[in-house]
Amino acid sequence: MKFIDEFRDPELARGLASTIAREVDHGRAYRLMEFCGGHTHAIFRYGVQDLMPANVRFVHGPGCPVCVLPTARLDQAMAMTERYGLILCTYADLMRVPASNRRSLLKAKAAGADIRMVYSTQDALAVARANPGRQVVFFAIGFETTTPPTAVALQHARAEGLSNFSVFCNHVLTPPAMRAILASAGTDATTPDQAAGLAIDGILGPSHVSTVIGAAPYGFVATEFGTPLVIAGFEPLDVMQATLMLIRQINAGQARVENQYQRAVTPEGNRKAQALMAEVLTLRDTFEWRGLGFLADSAQRLNEAYADFDAERRFPVAVPPSCEVKGCECPAVLRGVKAPADCRLFGTLCTPENPMGSCMVSSEGACAAYWSYGRFRDAA
Amino acid sequence: MTDKPRRFAPGLDLQRGAVDMSHGSGGRAMAQLIAELFQRHLDNELLRQGNDQALFQPPAGRLVMSTDGHVISPLFFPGGDIGCLAVHGTINDIAMAGARPLYLAAGFILEEGFPLADLARVVASMARAANEAGVPVVTGDTKVVERGKADGLFITTTGLGVVPEGIHISGDRAQPGDAILLSGTLGDHGVAVMSQRENLGFGTEIRSDTAALHDLVAAMVAAVPDIHCLRDPTRGGFATTLNEFARQSGVGMRVREHAIPIREEVAAACELLGLDPLYVANEGKLIAICPADQAETLLATMRAHPQGRDAAIVGEVVADPHQFVRMETAFGGERVVDWLTGEPLPRIC
Repeated sequence: MKFIDEFRDPELARGLASTIAREVDHGRAYRLMEFCGGHTHAIFRYGVQDLMPANVRFVHGPGCPVCVLPTARLDQAMAMTERYGLILCTYADLMRVPASNRRSLLKAKAAGADIRMVYSTQDALAVARANPGRQVVFFAIGFETTTPPTAVALQHARAEGLSNFSVFCNHVLTPPAMRAILASAGTDATTPDQAAGLAIDGILGPSHVSTVIGAAPYGFVATEFGTPLVIAGFEPLDVMQATLMLIRQINAGQARVENQYQRAVTPEGNRKAQALMAEVLTLRDTFEWRGLGFLADSAQRLNEAYADFDAERRFPVAVPPSCEVKGCECPAVLRGVKAPADCRLFGTLCTPENPMGSCMVSSEGACAAYWSYGRFRDAA
Repeated sequence: MTDKPRRFAPGLDLQRGAVDMSHGSGGRAMAQLIAELFQRHLDNELLRQGNDQALFQPPAGRLVMSTDGHVISPLFFPGGDIGCLAVHGTINDIAMAGARPLYLAAGFILEEGFPLADLARVVASMARAANEAGVPVVTGDTKVVERGKADGLFITTTGLGVVPEGIHISGDRAQPGDAILLSGTLGDHGVAVMSQRENLGFGTEIRSDTAALHDLVAAMVAAVPDIHCLRDPTRGGFATTLNEFARQSGVGMRVREHAIPIREEVAAACELLGLDPLYVANEGKLIAICPADQAETLLATMRAHPQGRDAAIVGEVVADPHQFVRMETAFGGERVVDWLTGEPLPRIC
């Protein structure tokens, strides 16, 4: 496949691997957080960790949209669907995420709720057009990558006067989550040694998100936290090259924002997409993230001009406080302080067939990736 | 006196007509549907007996029997439709025992309102597939359910076959050291079907690989009677079938990614959708496991057959108490190829 195989070339991978092996300082460890689930997936799928020296470890970050969605929002969506008898359109990834009381959208659908899987926001609009007598809500989730399509759908809905369409908005922002992780790094530790062991030495920056927001918003990672960050593409060679760039910065005692993914990411990002989001959405004061808690200015909602399309305003529901599965370590896994195998439920009660936590659901979730691709390392 | 069954007047409206509840009521309308549509297309000596069962003398040897329900959306897709799929699917299940398929039975569940033109197209396609395979549909059943209680048309087919002397093929016979062979490219069927679903707006040239494999299997068991395992990787794909073998036989598997044939268009479509072709359904491919010293003979036999042109040795069976299927990635790393979880769903990010 042209423009794909070039980024998966085993010869180049071996070359990069030997350069990395030559340049690492064997007297130290390198804990590199890949922020995005897309990177986690690539690292496991292509066996990138196998090509790294033993002292270079990838720590999996929170950049998996379904993983960070708090249980309360799922409970709310289900309550909305059931109470108002509406059609809920959702991306397939969300269907199996555990909600309170061992429910999920998949189970709610089986029990009779009208929940439909869609592949794009345009499909959700089509459902609304085809069902003029029913209310249709699109369950919008994701980082800055999936936000512009939601904004476009809202513009279309307003232009068409599609009064039976609305959006349950759960779009979140990457930089505040990154800040929260860096600010909390080491606070989970009880001893200085442990704190050092949990430090994050460098960050592989988002790929698709950065095409939208650009490279500039990550400046604080280097200036405030002294942590190097390299924006990396999602192909395995991208990950390896960005890893080498991080190692070079770390060895030189530098902390800069670099861009390995230059074929797609510019410093200022996609201005058109940014303008689109600004026209339709506005910042929430605070929003809950699974694993990170409530973060200020970290998520978006529909602005006043689009209030008529805001499902939260049109279909208000009160849900009891959500309950999480006891013993689930998703929060610690999402902050990078625990590995999936550190969780008591991993592989026993919690498997992809029967997920207890969100990280076991999506292929981008650290637990699911680790279970599906990586667990033989422990068994060996 | 006449040999021809009595005609019904007026005839079925195969252009604009639709299935209604009377077609399943047991009366004249049902008799007409059977005569003018099913019997006309699927005609053969046993079906012509006109009874509620087909009567025949079983051949000597061990018999195998299999059944398969077909519920596919859309009903028509590039390279096939539910009709030929229902014939191929059951023939293949029979053939994977190393057997020669003999007869098929077919059960139809029709939704009220289903266009008779579409039904005729499906039944004609079944008849063509059965004729080409030399495996007649000898008995059948039709039921009609109310609108909304079925998705247009469901077809269940049951098959009967006979296993030649000296052939013992079973999923529990894989042994460490055995070779794993694949008959051709992966993922063609699944991607062809997905490309037609209304909410996936991309047009591809990919056609389903749906085909009856019993002729290929007959050549294979003639050349290498000691084939240990055979299975067609349909739902869940290649990865799932290997995991089934690993669990049934209590062994592990090692495969090499670069040896697995995948069409470029299929790989590209999967890339776009975030799907893994190892998990995408096939309807005209098989996986064979045989002793390593006979692998080259088997490979040559498969490649000499049109349905095994792209066959390859893709890995080997290993001893592994964890029963993992591992893959050496083309990139140079290694990963587990696990069971499929839930539905294969496109990723969102």
